[in-house]
Amino acid sequence: MDIVSATAGDATTTTPYRMRLLAGWADTGTTAGLAEHHRRYAPLPPAAFAGRGGPARLIGLVESSGLRGRGGGGFPTARKLAAVAAGRGPRTVVANGCEGDPAGAKDRVLMELAPHLVIDGILLAAHAVGAAEAVLCVHEDSSAIPVLAAALRERGATRTPIRIVEVTRRYVASEETALVSVLDRGDARPRGRFPRPTERGVRSRPTLVDNVETLAHLALIARYGDAWFRAAGTDDSPGTTLVTVGGAVNDPGVYEIELGLPIGAILQVAGGPLVPVQAVLLGGLGGTWLGPEFVRTPLSHAGCRTAGAALGIAAVIALPAAACGIAETARVLRFLADESAGQCGPCMFGLPAIADDMDELALMPDHAGRVAARLRSRLAVIPGRGACAHPDGAVRLAASALHVFADDVAGHAEGGPCRWVGQPSWMPVPAPAGRRR
Amino acid sequence: MSRTPLRLRVEPITCHAHGICRELLPELIRLDEWGYPVLDDHPVPAALLAPARVAVRSCPSLALRLDRMA
Repeated sequence: MDIVSATAGDATTTTPYRMRLLAGWADTGTTAGLAEHHRRYAPLPPAAFAGRGGPARLIGLVESSGLRGRGGGGFPTARKLAAVAAGRGPRTVVANGCEGDPAGAKDRVLMELAPHLVIDGILLAAHAVGAAEAVLCVHEDSSAIPVLAAALRERGATRTPIRIVEVTRRYVASEETALVSVLDRGDARPRGRFPRPTERGVRSRPTLVDNVETLAHLALIARYGDAWFRAAGTDDSPGTTLVTVGGAVNDPGVYEIELGLPIGAILQVAGGPLVPVQAVLLGGLGGTWLGPEFVRTPLSHAGCRTAGAALGIAAVIALPAAACGIAETARVLRFLADESAGQCGPCMFGLPAIADDMDELALMPDHAGRVAARLRSRLAVIPGRGACAHPDGAVRLAASALHVFADDVAGHAEGGPCRWVGQPSWMPVPAPAGRRR
Repeated sequence: MSRTPLRLRVEPITCHAHGICRELLPELIRLDEWGYPVLDDHPVPAALLAPARVAVRSCPSLALRLDRMA
């Protein structure tokens, strides 16, 4: 397939930016309407994937592109497409634009600036798996809803009908089984790891749940091909990705970068550190703290794994050297505990318990190390025992805090007052409303 | 009796920490501090299969299962 237009943005390789999804916005500064979308990317290439073998060719192209999900799990997209395509009976596509983690804003930005790329991706995915219906899930009161609705009106009747469904703004409401549950019965709570939605999803049909950024990449891969896609990024994590950079940087926001860019360079893309930075929280609120080695850690699946972290939703929050990582982690843990769906014991009771422990470590002396030991034993027993990965994320966050901020833990244990309690938080969580229990 | 290795699984949403499984099968099940069962991933030894089945049948919320190991 030809690269139909040089305006896909690969000209800007002299900077860390590599605009693909956001190339239109970079050029025009506005949301791309359908005419502008067609001018830039040309209409979808239906002929290339028509006929009996068309869907399989499309899935094959996605496989050789190496596209991995951009919603947090990083699962190979082609494997999911193939699983749903192999299912029996009617199938459904669910585009996940909910972005339940307050550390991320990339999906909303993408949907607001390039809604037609997302719509193209949904239509292509529906074609690939043979779905006759598609749902685009967005958080209730999201500012992307009017943009998406206008874009769908511009399209008129699409090959696969797409409807927008608003989902409650809770952390776990957009976990994939929770989305299936909300579509089936209005109950936005996770349902458990098995069966997977690819087997039994919406109305028990094989269901593809894919993040909206993943689908937008699919729209470009279908046009420009696998080799084009792999020209950016790394072998293990090809392509570009949207990152949400927050915390102590001059220009917090959403940026598109090549996967594999070191996190230090990502902070530079966001205007550089506002003040000296001691650590970053990577991957979302249920993510991993990385100490000063973050500067050289590549933002890719393999790079993050080597550093003991996970790419997650590609959010990076920079923590100033003057802040207390333990106090900040305690705030995030309290938020995650409050966001538990309250269905599974280890999450319902375990998360408030580890939030209490982290609070105690920040606030009170722990001469004998009793609180730290209790927290460590709780962190060992909670993971893997919920219906979804929410408790696992909270444990990952807490465990990495104990590791990266070991000096703070030791200092607090000796009764050093926490200079950070009562200061405004650098974390994108609501201010604590006091003890709730 | 089947030779396929079996292991205990608990449905986390369904489990309501009755703790009866622990009473019936202390060899394989311990409870966390909140009363929820902690299981290991190992196959259930043949000698404990009978009490394991009793524990599965006795769970008031039907949350405990014996699954074939893949």
